[in-house]
Amino acid sequence: MINLYPLSEFKLPIMAGCISPDVFQNQRSEEIRMLKVWEGNKERNLGELFKVEESIGEETSIMISGNVGEVRRVGACMRGGQITINGNAGMHLGEEMKGGKITVNGNVGGWAGSMMTAGEIEVQGNAGDYLGAPYRGSSEGIRGGRIVVHGDVGNEAGAHMKKGIIKVYGNAGQFVGFRLRDGTIYVQKNCQARAGACMINGKIILGGFLESVLPSFTIDSIRGKVKIEEDETVSGPLYVFLGDLAEDGKGKLYVPKEKNPHLSSYERFL
Amino acid sequence: MELLVKNGFVYDPLNGVDGERMDIAIKDGKVVEKVNERKARKIDASGMIVMPGGVDIHTHIAGSEVNTGRLLRPEDHFRDAEPKTSRTRSGVGYSIPSTFTTGYRYSRMGYTTIMNPSMPPLEAKHTHEELNDTPMLDKATYPLLGDWWFVLEYLARGQIDELARHVAWILTTTKGYAIKIVNPGGLEAWGFGQNVHSLDDQVPHFCVTPREIIRGLCNVNRLLNLPHTIHVHTNNLGQPGNYATALDTMGCVEDMASENRPAIHITHCQFSCFKGDDWRTLESGADEIASYVNCHSHVTMDMGQVIFADTTTMTADGPFQFGLSELTGGKWVNHDVETETSAGIVPFNYRRKSYVHATQWSIGLELALLIRDPWKIFMTTDHPNGGPFTYYPRIIAWLMSRKARDATMKRINPRARSKSLLSSITRELGFQEVAVLTRAGQAKALGLETKGHLGVGADADIAIYNVNPQCVDPAGKYKTVRRAFKHAAYTIKSGEIVVKNDEIAKHAQGATMWLDVQTSEPVQITDEMKRKFREYWTVEYENYPVTENYLKVSRSKTVKADV
Repeated sequence: MINLYPLSEFKLPIMAGCISPDVFQNQRSEEIRMLKVWEGNKERNLGELFKVEESIGEETSIMISGNVGEVRRVGACMRGGQITINGNAGMHLGEEMKGGKITVNGNVGGWAGSMMTAGEIEVQGNAGDYLGAPYRGSSEGIRGGRIVVHGDVGNEAGAHMKKGIIKVYGNAGQFVGFRLRDGTIYVQKNCQARAGACMINGKIILGGFLESVLPSFTIDSIRGKVKIEEDETVSGPLYVFLGDLAEDGKGKLYVPKEKNPHLSSYERFL
Repeated sequence: MELLVKNGFVYDPLNGVDGERMDIAIKDGKVVEKVNERKARKIDASGMIVMPGGVDIHTHIAGSEVNTGRLLRPEDHFRDAEPKTSRTRSGVGYSIPSTFTTGYRYSRMGYTTIMNPSMPPLEAKHTHEELNDTPMLDKATYPLLGDWWFVLEYLARGQIDELARHVAWILTTTKGYAIKIVNPGGLEAWGFGQNVHSLDDQVPHFCVTPREIIRGLCNVNRLLNLPHTIHVHTNNLGQPGNYATALDTMGCVEDMASENRPAIHITHCQFSCFKGDDWRTLESGADEIASYVNCHSHVTMDMGQVIFADTTTMTADGPFQFGLSELTGGKWVNHDVETETSAGIVPFNYRRKSYVHATQWSIGLELALLIRDPWKIFMTTDHPNGGPFTYYPRIIAWLMSRKARDATMKRINPRARSKSLLSSITRELGFQEVAVLTRAGQAKALGLETKGHLGVGADADIAIYNVNPQCVDPAGKYKTVRRAFKHAAYTIKSGEIVVKNDEIAKHAQGATMWLDVQTSEPVQITDEMKRKFREYWTVEYENYPVTENYLKVSRSKTVKADV
């Protein structure tokens, strides 16, 4: 196992796509220290910014202890292995990830799990905006994998998602599942407006209060419970909305009846 | 400065040099008879191909349309970024690179001259600003005149001489180089949500037909003695069954060719070459178009080859782009440029496994191979509509090698493969024909006397590729050829080495070429015209012209008109 300790509090953004089990594999710690990263507009060696130590444990594991909130692209393109971050992580964590697992015992910045195709990201704290969403303008959403956030998330979580699952055990911002094509998004607590805007397919399951349902959604039925994944279900009763009809979509938006009395007016359309 | 390119295999079709080993002497930016061998700087080109610098007759690289495409597609940028070096500026963009990167990338492929088609006269200043910022290349741009209100009005009144003087004025005012016509009549109709579907449909409110527009402007082109022909993007572009419209368009100016000079250039012909009733029954109309072109001498055309890549389509053809955006269902831009033209931008991904896209890929190559005379068809991708220009080496490989075509054929949609004519075509082009398709033919069609050849007095724009035609058989080793054309060993621009081993060695500005058309009496700017500018344009007449000090390096060409 490789242990990384930040040598100071970083002030400038650091692009560290090289912090990945695929890159570290079969490299001695001296070689790892020589890997190139960008700090602002200066190219530096990893060893100038982090203390690198080898310790006993799983060979393909990386442990980062300390606050690396300014370090971006950790675990980019990783295919396997494990990264544990004890502290906050920066933007673009696990970008284009193809396997393995990243655990963050802290918060992460925006675009965590952007464009990932497989693997797992677990965040104990909060996540920023664009969780599992592509860069602005792109429609390359996540095509598989699993993202679990135990805190809150920002806006546009799971935008353009094509497959996979995102679970949020806190609150969510606006535009959850924007342009969702398939896959599942679960938000346990409250959710701001415009959930599922422009969704084509897939499902969004909410466990708390939803400010409002977009007018381009229509109510379909009331369900007793709904399955999130293999052994996890949410029990209701839940309103099932279909949409987004503006995009000719067939996506499903599940909203609990009990927590959303302001949506009861929809019942007369059933 | 003196330069001597020694011992290269020279391909110079305009002067009839076909792979002979010879030296090219350069002095003060021009090719000369000889230089002082002891003083001149020497380039050892032994075992390499020496060609005139590449010329691209149709590539959208500047203007408000291209820039809006850049704004529309941030995702096109982050995947393809080039950091700055000591000699070059940084840039981004895959299908629509930023201006500097465009110049560098062209130069690294041995190109030295490019033509930016479709400039709405209203956006002329913007276009020239971007062309100023596109280094390493000589460039020119064509104003869009097919749906310009004044043109339609003059045509409706049958005043050809007045129209000719007006076109002369607009070419000089916007610093343009040729008359570009896009979907004649259709763009004006698009302002009212309509389109025209044949050459004889009436344009709403103007009482003219596309046939009259094409014939009228072709006549004007002849009266003004412009170096290039009219540059036409046909009606019904991108619609199944449109090969008949393309044949009509070429046919309608058949009688207007003079002294063996072509009368019309059909641009990105691949998009006008569809047979069939709908997308399911789409077939290639390349055979019909090619047999027409083989029997007639008044037409030149360029391929508009499709590449299987994620690209951005942009044309002035608003109605066509509307149809395309309905197909993709994604983001797009549509714009009505006041009284002049329209525009549309749609990101598009050409997929191998799509029947239509694979058929389009096949049509482009069929056209280039079935048209026997290489001086009539030129290589383009209609950048970025068919694909980015950076794919040109790949097209060269497809044209030179059946093996390369078969390798791609194996991976395309099976139904498209079985219907494609390509498998029955055995023709493989040689280096000489490639030189015609990529530089000599294009320079000749554009009337650029000092470009596209290496005779004495020509501009010293030279591309040197590291491939030995005596050892390498392009039909078999197509990958070697592809690599060589992708990474030029040397590019010489105006007598200076600007690229060495695929790296920019020196920044060159490049000139903007434009026509100074001199009519016997100057065009009358009437009060009526000024009134129309005030009423219908957002720009006043006084602010309209692009003055010469707008161009960083201005190179005008004086043309004496017959009117």
